Amino acid sequence: MSLKLKALTKSLWVFHLCIGGSCNNCDIEILDLLTPRYDVERFGIMLVGSIRHADVLLITGSLTYKSAVRAKRLYEQMPKPGVVVAVGSCALGRGIFKDGYNTPCPLDELIPVDLYIPGCPPKPEAMIAGIVKLVEKVKGKR
Amino acid sequence: MGLLLNFLIFPGFLFSAIIGLFASWIDRKVTARIQWRIGPPWYQNFIDLIKLLGKETIIPRGNKFTFLFAPLGGVISITLVATILGKLLINPTQSVLGDLIVVLYLLIIPALAMILGGSSSGNPLASVGVSREMKLVLAYEFPFILSVLTMVIKAGNTIRLGQIITYQMDYGSGVGSLSGMLAFVVAVLCMQAKLGLVPFDISEAEQEIISGVFIEYSGFLLAMFKLMKSMLLYIMPLFLISLYWAENIGIYSLIGKYVFLLVIIILIKNTSPRLRVDQALRFFWGPVTLLASLAVILAMLGR
Ligand code: SF4
Repeated sequence: MSLKLKALTKSLWVFHLCIGGSCNNCDIEILDLLTPRYDVERFGIMLVGSIRHADVLLITGSLTYKSAVRAKRLYEQMPKPGVVVAVGSCALGRGIFKDGYNTPCPLDELIPVDLYIPGCPPKPEAMIAGIVKLVEKVKGKR
Repeated sequence: MGLLLNFLIFPGFLFSAIIGLFASWIDRKVTARIQWRIGPPWYQNFIDLIKLLGKETIIPRGNKFTFLFAPLGGVISITLVATILGKLLINPTQSVLGDLIVVLYLLIIPALAMILGGSSSGNPLASVGVSREMKLVLAYEFPFILSVLTMVIKAGNTIRLGQIITYQMDYGSGVGSLSGMLAFVVAVLCMQAKLGLVPFDISEAEQEIISGVFIEYSGFLLAMFKLMKSMLLYIMPLFLISLYWAENIGIYSLIGKYVFLLVIIILIKNTSPRLRVDQALRFFWGPVTLLASLAVILAMLGR
């Protein structure tokens, strides 16, 4: 594994995006993840404000017609290499908004998703487990 | 050749970068401990830097030259200050006429680099950050120069930094006297603003204008800006030590004083909320300038 990827796995800067249809509970769980109780800064994970600084695009909520354009643009604006993480049933497969009039498709039909974290909402522990799996995959252990 | 080596390696680039990154780690770690967390490992800032160097650098529409050059200019000017200060602290008699003025000018360049880089990116939030940074520079630069002037007067109207250091080695450090103490307090407050830390992180407020001036920077250029900030965290306390507190510049006492100043910076950072830009302006032009002028007058009276 190159030094570049090794450094990337040790310092993941997260940009959090909530697209359209969701109940915002996943966002609250993500905030829980960032509190001192779980202290993800130990592993170099930090929340950043601008997509240009980000390595991880963390997406919650189900895609709507309006937000699809924005989500795609944000994905293109992220400097590569970067990963996309979908959190919650909404982002995975539209969840409870499946039959909504304004939710065209699941997220991974629009942009490539690297990590799916299921749950409604997933616990912070589940998110940490997901990140660990992703890091191991990048390292080529699995 | 020797000068180039000085610039690139020992008191210059490599040395100050390593110390600066380490100091920023201390900042993050102490902050974490204050918030009852464990905090990142000691190599975290180095890893962040390597990661940023390996990432794609996106250059937005707008003025490409200033966008590219601003972070590099900032790093180069800070490296120059590091070289000048480092060589002076090793041997204070090497001073040339007016190096204090040079250092003061070079220390403004990081702020100018942020202003130039932010405004050339053409992002509306960056332009808000730029305007705030400009006002902040106007606010803190005046009392800062006044507080430096105090030491200039005390050391017998000299603008050689080396002479100020040797004066303190002979007659006791600046903070020992009343005017020096006042000027030191003013300079510490201005240092906090120069470093762009809370309560004066107005221009890169993460929560309101999402890192303001840095918003469009990515990859290599962002790494340069991060490096610039870290090196500033090493240079500014060192500059204050050599101005006000240099009666003993042995290596251990330098480290001790540096850590002391770093702790003060971190404590201020962790115990105060962010000010609005108008509050910061009023603060610096009101009470702080008053204190600084008092220090200058006292120095003229020989206190
Ligand atoms: S997945 Fe569930 S908890 Fe998360 S936003 Fe959707 S409905 Fe809310």
